[in-house]
Amino acid sequence: MADLVTLTIDGVKVSVSKGMLIVDAAKRIENDIPVFCYHPKLTPVGMCRMCLVEVGRVQRDRATGQIALDDKGQPKVAFGPKLETACTTPVEEGMVVVGASAKVKEARDDILEFLLTSHPLDCPVCDKGGECPLQDLTMRYGPGGSRFIFDEKVHLDKHVPLGEPDEALIFLDRERCIQCARCTRFQEEVADDPVIGFYERGRKLEIVTFSDPGFDSKWSGNTTDICPVGALTTRDFRFGARPWEMIPAASLCPHCPVGCNITFSTRREAAAGGAHVIKRVLPRQNEAVNEIWMCDKGRFGHHFVESPDRLKTPLVRKNGELVAATWDEALALVGERFKAAGAGLAGLAGDRLSNEDLYAIRKVVTGLGGQVELNAQMGGGGLVQLLGVGQGTNFSEMGNPLKGAGSTAILVVAADLEEEAPVWWLRVKQAAERGATLIVMNGRETKTERCAKYTPRYEYGHEAAMVLGMLVSGSSEYADAFAKAENGVILFGHEGLDFAGSSALAQACANLLITTNHYGKPNNGLMAVWPHANTMGAWDMGVKARDLSEPMPGVTASWIVAADPVGDGLVTADTLRKSGFVVVQELFLTETAKAADVVLPAAAWAERDGTFTNGERRVQRFYPAVPARGKPDFQIAGEIGARVGVQLPKFASQIFNEIAKAVPAYAGLTYQELAKVEPQWPDIGGQDFYGRNYYYGGTSYENSQGLGVQLKSGAERGEPVAVGKVETHEVKRDGLTLVPTTLLYDRGATFVRSLLMHPRLPHPYVELNSADAAKLNVKDGDMVTVTADGTKAQVTARVDGRAPEGVALMPESLGPAVPARATRVTVSKG
Amino acid sequence: MAEHILLRHRDIPDLHKLDVYLQHGGYEAFKKVVTTMTPQQVIDEVKASGLRGRGGAGFPTGLKWGFLSKDFPRYVTANSDESEPGTFKDREILEKNPHQFFEGVMICAFAAQANVAYNYMRGEFWDIAMRLDKVLAELRERGFLGKNLFGANYSLDIHNHLGAGAYICGEESALLESIEGKLGQPRLKPPFPADKGLYNKPTIVNNTETLTNVPMIIARGAAWYKTMGTEKSPGPKVFCLSGHVKNPGNYELPLGATFRHLIYELGGGPPSGLKVKAILTAGASSTVLTGGDDILDTPMDYESVAAKGGALGSASIIVLDESVDMAWLTLKTSRFFKHESCGKCTPCREGTYWMLNILERLNRHEAKKADVDLLNNVASQIAGKCLCPLGEFSVAPVLSSLKQFRADFDGHAKDAKKPAPAAARPAARPAPKAKEAAPAAD
Repeated sequence: MADLVTLTIDGVKVSVSKGMLIVDAAKRIENDIPVFCYHPKLTPVGMCRMCLVEVGRVQRDRATGQIALDDKGQPKVAFGPKLETACTTPVEEGMVVVGASAKVKEARDDILEFLLTSHPLDCPVCDKGGECPLQDLTMRYGPGGSRFIFDEKVHLDKHVPLGEPDEALIFLDRERCIQCARCTRFQEEVADDPVIGFYERGRKLEIVTFSDPGFDSKWSGNTTDICPVGALTTRDFRFGARPWEMIPAASLCPHCPVGCNITFSTRREAAAGGAHVIKRVLPRQNEAVNEIWMCDKGRFGHHFVESPDRLKTPLVRKNGELVAATWDEALALVGERFKAAGAGLAGLAGDRLSNEDLYAIRKVVTGLGGQVELNAQMGGGGLVQLLGVGQGTNFSEMGNPLKGAGSTAILVVAADLEEEAPVWWLRVKQAAERGATLIVMNGRETKTERCAKYTPRYEYGHEAAMVLGMLVSGSSEYADAFAKAENGVILFGHEGLDFAGSSALAQACANLLITTNHYGKPNNGLMAVWPHANTMGAWDMGVKARDLSEPMPGVTASWIVAADPVGDGLVTADTLRKSGFVVVQELFLTETAKAADVVLPAAAWAERDGTFTNGERRVQRFYPAVPARGKPDFQIAGEIGARVGVQLPKFASQIFNEIAKAVPAYAGLTYQELAKVEPQWPDIGGQDFYGRNYYYGGTSYENSQGLGVQLKSGAERGEPVAVGKVETHEVKRDGLTLVPTTLLYDRGATFVRSLLMHPRLPHPYVELNSADAAKLNVKDGDMVTVTADGTKAQVTARVDGRAPEGVALMPESLGPAVPARATRVTVSKG
Repeated sequence: MAEHILLRHRDIPDLHKLDVYLQHGGYEAFKKVVTTMTPQQVIDEVKASGLRGRGGAGFPTGLKWGFLSKDFPRYVTANSDESEPGTFKDREILEKNPHQFFEGVMICAFAAQANVAYNYMRGEFWDIAMRLDKVLAELRERGFLGKNLFGANYSLDIHNHLGAGAYICGEESALLESIEGKLGQPRLKPPFPADKGLYNKPTIVNNTETLTNVPMIIARGAAWYKTMGTEKSPGPKVFCLSGHVKNPGNYELPLGATFRHLIYELGGGPPSGLKVKAILTAGASSTVLTGGDDILDTPMDYESVAAKGGALGSASIIVLDESVDMAWLTLKTSRFFKHESCGKCTPCREGTYWMLNILERLNRHEAKKADVDLLNNVASQIAGKCLCPLGEFSVAPVLSSLKQFRADFDGHAKDAKKPAPAAARPAARPAPKAKEAAPAAD
């Protein structure tokens, strides 16, 4: 192949693609060239000088350009006088790299000795000790003793919060820092939040943050992973445990539809009665999902699992009060009443439940003749099942001339990606930077627009119409760009849209994909920016969303699992109580649970196994990490089923086997299949930290527990595809329109339990355009009353240039109930 | 020398005034290139002149101009960051002969077809910068900068840019980072500025003195220019003479004049009457040359100095007479490099600190002979491993002094047979006090 280059590294011939760096080529043949500043996901800088190698190049005759040959007829190879950095030097045909020579060993010894002259050598009290590249490489290189006088070492500040002391998530130990710039490069290149940087020069060089609040980025935790020393630590984990005491457990992040692969580090603690507790959450490598990154919500949002507010025992209402009961007592009552209700049983399930839970609940409810629905106000699931991104889709390939088959266009509509599905934002941004055409369509500015080529704006309510407009050839440059691109992906969200609105938008997107032939193949198709981790799986399990404003008729008993309709303002406690017998299965005593007749304590996802299906239709497994408080939802469903005559297997894997038989898209899948792994690039090394991770030098885990399986879309399985009618609704715009938005850092029932994140949780607010604010005589920071759809809330006004004229942006899940769709609103001062 | 080429203000009073400059043929060369020459012709003329970069590396200027990749816009940047200890030639040009310098910038910009040029000055030049801002304003007002100059289809503006006072910003890629508003740290090369320079666009970075040569080359021709200097190092050069000489200052001489001519005939030799012990040719970045007759009779051009194991560099000739203790000298240079290390690469950041640490102990007579070996080791450890040339510069005076004047170092050691004679150190410059030398946070 023309784009392959063959070179020799320490006597081993290797052929790699043109342009690859020596350090990467060496890693391909398991030759670990030591690095500190180099990171395969970042631009090389050649700062630490640890990767020095001897480089010989083929000589060419200056006049003819021909390769010069020696007397044996072999190409002449000449070595330069200086060593070169393997992390910045691209491979060349015929190159000879020597890393195993005395000269190179000596150079690396020298660099390591230099690094240690400033380093405090406080490994015994350092969080990184045991998984530290500097520690590991000190074992391999450098002298055993120090020639620098230890007492003359410079001592610098050790606990520098990057931000306000009480609020900072990341702490800097200045004297451990080896100035490799991995963190600053990550923030600039990957996160596009350049809020940390170097200050001063020479030995004074230090990391500082210059944002308010400090280190204002949703990605800050990743810098602690890639820090090759113990300079950056998180508030969550610092001084928490030693790496070798902890046991890793593979899992998935439950906070958004991306499905980031994660690893819990757990340890037995006296404070927990000797039980395992979660000490930290780290990303687990899955190059098709989250690569080696995760957002801070995923990293720090695990505390709800060990919250003291968790329900511990079943509760049964006696004399108007919820009192503790045994499982037998509670389940007997539930079985009896559900059996009596029969077809009058209504199930309402949340989309953070696993596939197994949803399948089991639906089987029990429908077995009794009742109906079950999803507690989500977003539609379009059927279209995503049919036209979802094809098997083998990977954002990393989009816009990548080396990997992708051709040009790619990505349309993001009605979503604020970084707030709703952060890692998708990151991956879409990278695709755009590599050359994919990114179109971001919204009613307002979002961070995604920064990297977009086209940023068409609509008036809220015209989302579907704007997408349909792209069907008209020549109507706009971006429409043509999307139609012409070889590959096309659409991510649609539900900003300002309820079930009907998002269903219409999904249909419009589907029509565009069908018309431009962007479906049924890899890197093409429809993705929904779902509100939760397993909304997709719920649709697949037959638990679908529906317009909640229309009540189900004839309900005599309700089974509400992982949903809080009362707390969300969808139904009042009174109405719910009057609907009949109410069973709530939950982690916490929610507003809905308080109105229930029976409350059953469920196990959190970290306490059990199961599967989620992410927004890219990848089915992935998660595993138990800590002992369960409560029972897994599928198990409770099974025990209820046993009492009403519906048989369910006992274990999650067995239920999954039933799913594989019942749901065509899941045919042939097993837990074993989902647990398969294959080599990934970059190779991030052994998970035991004592192994081969010099090269990567981070604490992201190797994935040995499963990459999951991406489902085929309906179209790929031969289901008929046809353009459908888009049910658009007349949009009247007069006065101010309230648009509900999604924030990553919200006050949802799970995330709010992570106390360390509280300084980052905003108080309820509404964003107004300066023109509208002036009309209302409202200034930034004033208290205002927002009245819409019969709801009333007193919140702070923000006049910060983000809201378009005529629009009031109000984030959901900050406390006050916010209408599900864009609606007329009145805002008044006070 | 009969006529000054670069320091013309010494022959013509008030040359810094635009009208005086115009009376003496000012901006005629610029007008000539804009109205009658193609950019390639300008580049060819400069190539033919054999002009080499005066900042230190001596790279052929015309060749550099010809390297620009085919991308636009392009930029031209004058490197007026003159920060090398003992170098003060660009300051005199900027203060006294600014128009000739700016005309050189303009001609270079035309050759590059750049419409924007920057004059990057070290932060300490703020007073000069204020004056030069007025010069540029006047040039704009009088139509020497702006759109469609001399009625031709060429527009140009020049901006003065002050750094924050960092030595590293004299390194061209760090200079570009600094103009872009970033931390002054060198970039990886390749890509070179000619390919991806300022704002990732093709950029020429030339030293101030280099550019000041250009108007005269255009006005009088390459053939005239080559009559000065040597075959391979043609033209005049400003030599900055300092140290132990009676008459320090800038001297404009053709390249190839001998050290003896500069130090003794012009500089008057050491005032103490002592012999020259050592010569630094490129400020603190020098490989130290001994003051023997062999060196004194060496012509000062790039090739001849290199043949003696040194480098002409920016031609900042610092003369040291026999009273100088080289352990004290290297303490000074090491302190400078430790203070100015940008911190980007490990060997320079940590190594300069360590060298200084040893030299401080040595100068306080707290070190042993073994520490002199350690110093040699540490300096050797830095050599050849740094990201940019400045790290390599830091070890040049140390290694060359250790090689040639080892006794000066050993004499300070605690375990030396006899302590260093007190008279060996200049009385006016006492050894640093322990307090000063303590490794503070800097």
